[in-house]
Formats: sequence, C-alpha cells, structure tokens
Amino acid sequence: MASFYSKDGYPMRLLLLLALVALALPAYADGDAGADGGFIVVQSTTSTRNSGLYDAILPQFTETTGIQIRVVAVGTGQALRNARNCDGDVLLVHATAAEEEFVEDGYGLSRTDLMYNDFVLVGPSDDPARVADTTSINAALSAIADSRAPFASRGDDSGTHKKERSLWAGAEVDPSGDSGTWYRETGSGMGATLNIASGMNAYTLTDRATWIAFANKGDLRILAEGDEDLFNQYGIIAINPVRCPAVKATPAQTFIDWLLSDGGQSAIAAYRRDGQQLFFPNAKPE
Amino acid sequence: MNGFGDAFAAAFALIVGFDADLVEIVGLSLRVTLSATLFACLLGFPLGAVLAVGRFRGRGALTVFVNALMGLPPVVVGLIVYMMLSRTGPFGTLGLLYTPTAMIIAQTILVTPIVAALARQTVADLDAEYYETLHSMGARAGARMRTLLWDGRFALMTAALAGMGRALAEVGAVMIVGGNIDHVTRVMTTAIALETSRGELALALGLGIVLMALSLALNALVMGARLSGARLAHA
Repeated sequence: MASFYSKDGYPMRLLLLLALVALALPAYADGDAGADGGFIVVQSTTSTRNSGLYDAILPQFTETTGIQIRVVAVGTGQALRNARNCDGDVLLVHATAAEEEFVEDGYGLSRTDLMYNDFVLVGPSDDPARVADTTSINAALSAIADSRAPFASRGDDSGTHKKERSLWAGAEVDPSGDSGTWYRETGSGMGATLNIASGMNAYTLTDRATWIAFANKGDLRILAEGDEDLFNQYGIIAINPVRCPAVKATPAQTFIDWLLSDGGQSAIAAYRRDGQQLFFPNAKPE
Repeated sequence: MNGFGDAFAAAFALIVGFDADLVEIVGLSLRVTLSATLFACLLGFPLGAVLAVGRFRGRGALTVFVNALMGLPPVVVGLIVYMMLSRTGPFGTLGLLYTPTAMIIAQTILVTPIVAALARQTVADLDAEYYETLHSMGARAGARMRTLLWDGRFALMTAALAGMGRALAEVGAVMIVGGNIDHVTRVMTTAIALETSRGELALALGLGIVLMALSLALNALVMGARLSGARLAHA
C-alpha cells in the first residue's frame, strides 16, 4: 500500500520542495549575524521614520562605526512600553514628562534633548470652525469644540496624543464625552490618522515633519501654528543595562554620543523635505 | 484622485525596474511565508489525520477547538509571540524578537490550525469512503492515517495553499514580532502598511498589486505541479 512516507510520496515531495525553496532564499541577518560592528535596536516614535530622517542620517553613522541601527518605529507610548520590556537598546521619542518618568523608574540611564520641531493644527481648507481667525491654539481648539466640527484624535497614547490632551486641558475643554460624535479617536498612528482626517475632512494635530512628508493631504492644510504651546521636543535615552542585562550598552552609547555630537547634530539639521528643514537639533553641549 | 492608474504605474515601475529593495522585501516575504507553511504542514497534516481517524476522549472538543483557532486574529498571535520572545518573556534570552525567525514562529501558529482543520476534513471524508476496505485489511490507525493522507494528497495541497495565502496576506503578527525593520524584517505587507501611513497610497497599492501577482504565481505553480502529478498518478 502506498505510504505517506514512500520515496515518491507526493506530499513529501511538495514539503521537500517547500523546504528547499525556504532554505535557498537568502538568509537575512538573524540574531547577531549583523554588520561588522553588530547592531542595536532603537525603539522610536514614527515621525522620525515616516519623514525619512533615519534614511538620511543612519547610513552616515553606520559608515563611520560599522554599527547597524535597527529602528522599530511604533509611536511613543508603545516605544516606552517596549523599552520597559527591555526590547531595545536606545529610546528616541517625544514626550518629555513620560521620558523623565522612564528614567526615574530606573529603565533609562539619562535623558538628553536631541532636537525639536513643532506641532501644527491641520484641517479642511474651508475651515468650518474658523480656526484660522484665532490667535492661540487654545482658542483654536475651543472654536472646534464649539462648532462641533470633526476632529480626528490619535487616541493611542502616543507623544502627539499626550500633547493633544494637554492642549485640550489648556483650552479647558474635555472632548472625551463627545468621543464618537465630532471627536473621533482613531487609535492609530499619525499617518493613518492623517489619512482618516483627509478622508472625512476633519481637523487633527500632527507634528510638522510627518505633515510635510505626508503625501495624501487632500483638502487639508495648516490652519494654526506658531503657538509656543505647540513646541515638540525629541529626547534620547540609553536603556539601563542594570535593569536590562541584554542591552548592548557600548554601541548604544556610541550611537547616542554621535547623535549629540557636532556631526550628528549637523546631519539632523541638513535633512530637508521640499526645501524645508524638518528637525532642529538642540542638544546642549556638555 | 486617480489612484488606480498611479498604482498600476507604480507596480509596473517596481517590477520592471527590478528595484533592489523590492527584491529583498519579496525574498523575505517568501522565506517567512514558505517556511511557516512548511512547518504548519508538518504539524497540521498529522494533527488533522489524528483528529479524523483517532478514537480518543475529547476528540470532538479538540476538533472544535482547532476549527475555532482558524479565526485567530493575527494581532493576537503577534502579541502572544511578542510576550514570549520579549527580553522579559520566558524565551527572551534567545534574542529572537525582531528577527525573521520570530515572524516564522508567529505565522506557523497562525497557519497550523487552518492546515490541520482542512486536513482533518479531507482525511475524515476519505475514511468514511474507505473505512470498510481498510478495516477488512486489518489496517491499524497509524497505517490508515498514512494511507488516507497519501490518498488525499491533492486536496491537502489546497489546505497548504489556504494556509500560505493566510500567511502571505497577514500584517498584524509580523508587524509586532518583526518590527518592520528596514532590510531586516520588512516584508510585503508591512511595507504596504508603512507606505499607507506615509500617505503614499499609489505606491502602497502598487506593492499590493505586486503581492497579488506573487500569490497568483505561487498558486499557478502549485496548480501546475498538481496537474502533472495527477497525470502521473493516473498514467
């Protein structure tokens, strides 16, 4: 009787074929088999990746040090949680209060300012809430709440979402009761939220870097900007090797030192999209 | 927005230009998906045969359970595997998180129930057909399972294809355990998600068209093998 395991068994040959194909495909760097200098994992906010900053500056670092940077871009809230699970060597996010708490709790060695840009309020060009006539971000948000014009919130505990909540508090408006009506919590990343805002002509808060690089703006445009409350500071933290023994502390520190050095800072300043500078380095000299 | 024309133009440019990054991403997609399908078949075919032919307590409940697992959300599988492989998880010391290996593990978990459930149905149908014959020959359960799996080999290929389709298409699990790291764990679906989040909708849809073409090619390949195999079997 024919057997599943017979020499010319067909499923067996199919499995063998699958196995050969799977093995013959080039094996990409698994585990430690990375570049010469090894690799480190950076838990990161998404704006630095989506805007193309990493593509522009990381090759310069890898070229001089041989250290490969593996970026996991997930949004500040999730990046902080992943880092608390020790799943990374360096943290690059934008929520200063949460970053300081991370360091105080012993997960990070120290937090340093790296660069800044700002948030902007974007919305449909016909501006139903007359946001463009307001003079502060507080007044702009109040106008949106008063007119009940659609507003797309990240709703994902990201750095931008933390900032947005503090701005609503500053405007003395609590939109959470209106969630599902004019206040729409997308629970998604900045790009997905911009796509939603673009699709439903809603207002939303975004960092300027993601906005400039975003290609599906539709009818959206910047309606409020320049308020000092819209300042957006990025920080960098080395994850504590005492708390997380698997951390590659030496290459992680090499990376941080480079970003804070003149070379790293000028690489950040040199990155432009559509002729505009997206990030402004502001590491303080030691 | 004339997105579809742009999407086809983008797909065409990607394929014709033989874009190096695209080749790398497609290669990794194939490696992860085919490996996961292979492991899922190695686990799922025997499991399906045992569920079809075996007589043991709890078989019905186990069958329902395996069938239900076909509806596992990829994000949930991704989360479970993340918690297992995280540095603070039980297998954290292996350092597998954010590697293609982690992605293969997650997709194997996702695909095995599909392969097992479809294999169980195939073998159970054949068992009903050949029960008398096999019993009169005094075949033991093990021999019966092997015979029925062999007999259902062409139907089992459809089971494998169904599993492969699921693995090729899912994004939730590989995004969490792979991290969508450029040149390391970026596959077709996570690249599509990334370009969508950048608002590059035409490029995202173009990548989707490339993924569909890939799926089409794989299915045509298996169909061709199946036809020639069937011809040989009936020769």
